[in-house]
Amino acid sequence: MSNESTKKMMFVALGVCLVCSVLVSTAAVSLHARQQRNKELDKIKNILIAGDLYEKGVDSEQIFKEKVEPLHIDLSTGAILDENEVPDKLSVTKFNIKDISEDPDYGQFIEKDKDIARINRMPGVMLVYVIKSDDKIDKYILPIYGKGLWSTLYGFIALDSDLETIQGITFYEHGETPGLGGEVDNPNWKEIWVGKKAFNEQGNVAITVIKGQVDPTSPKAKYQVDGLSGSTLTTRGLDAMVKFWFGESGYGPFIKNKKSEKGESNEQS
Amino acid sequence: MSKVKSIVLDPIFNNNPIAYQILGICSALAVTSKLETSIVMSLAVIFVVSFSNLAVSLIRHHVASSIRILVEMTIIASLVIIADQIIKAFVYDISKQLSVYVGLIITNCIIMGRAEAFALKNPPLLSFMDGIGNGLGYTFVLLFVGFFRELFGAGKLLGYTIFPVNTEGGWYVPNGLFLLSSSAFILIGLLIWAIRTWKPEQIEEE
Repeated sequence: MSNESTKKMMFVALGVCLVCSVLVSTAAVSLHARQQRNKELDKIKNILIAGDLYEKGVDSEQIFKEKVEPLHIDLSTGAILDENEVPDKLSVTKFNIKDISEDPDYGQFIEKDKDIARINRMPGVMLVYVIKSDDKIDKYILPIYGKGLWSTLYGFIALDSDLETIQGITFYEHGETPGLGGEVDNPNWKEIWVGKKAFNEQGNVAITVIKGQVDPTSPKAKYQVDGLSGSTLTTRGLDAMVKFWFGESGYGPFIKNKKSEKGESNEQS
Repeated sequence: MSKVKSIVLDPIFNNNPIAYQILGICSALAVTSKLETSIVMSLAVIFVVSFSNLAVSLIRHHVASSIRILVEMTIIASLVIIADQIIKAFVYDISKQLSVYVGLIITNCIIMGRAEAFALKNPPLLSFMDGIGNGLGYTFVLLFVGFFRELFGAGKLLGYTIFPVNTEGGWYVPNGLFLLSSSAFILIGLLIWAIRTWKPEQIEEE
């Protein structure tokens, strides 16, 4: 049969497609479990890094299980949801910020003038983590994300139990220029965040990522973080991102609730 | 035997896909800011180009010329997806850095070029070897570029500090230009210059 006959052509094309699809689906299906695990481990690792619990060579999952407790919060009211009432899609193992913010039921559109982090949509319920020691809350680890120069940066910021002091920041996914905006991964830069105050005495969001270096003698120094040199736009994005997530549209209501709870218990004691 | 040897070794210096044929430049710019990503990308390309050559060569007598490009693309795309899945499963950290560029191997001109120029006319084993050779030629350029970019851009090699950089208390001020894609252009240019000075027969006639 000639190669150019329609019959043979169809036969060859179908054959090639069949073999290829079997190979591709075999690879995808057999490696899927491993890939999912990598993703989970990576996220856990980053939660631990934000909470300053990560140790190289130590089983991250073990530490995570022992010390970290996931918590679902309703972002608009700041209320903590009962873990038994959380819908399946939002459960701890399935929680995926990207999917949920796109979801018509669980995600929501952010009005343009409020969307300073330029993320368009966000989940209505957020999965945050608390680190406990001796049954007392030690740190809150809050997922944050927002646009940098090229990409959306996804990460975590850790807040002390006083709900003001930042204890760490880390990004687990971004596509910024290596060496410039990509320096968000630089441990020395992340170190600068530790001890900075997110809110001022009036309780307003005060943390700012400034262009250039912070003057340590300035009274505002405790609210300011050095920008990344050579990447004005990533720096601006980071600034907007932390302002957004600590603000009213982000964790503002949750933090306020927690603070007033704290105030009450302090008065009692 | 000497034929196989020349098929594998020729594309490294004599007929390098990037330096001589000027193919596949795009990914050579994108993934070479670190040596580690260059290595993984090179392995992925060697895998794809050698097996696509093998597969195309195996069915070369049965494919009508009017649909051969489609058939080649199907094979290449499948191999790229498999490579991408493997990278995501086994070297997750690197897959995050390579991001879309593994997928973009599909559009790497070297692979289609070898399928068309070699695999369609030669037996399977030779075609496979030709794929390995061209993959190695690509690897050579990527490692060259990745080596200099990581060394001068970050003061490191494979993540290990070679020059302690000033932001971490060392003496080396990293050259940010080397981290940008344009530096790869300059490095590839210098490499082509060096190879053509060494082997003047590669210089094109005006």
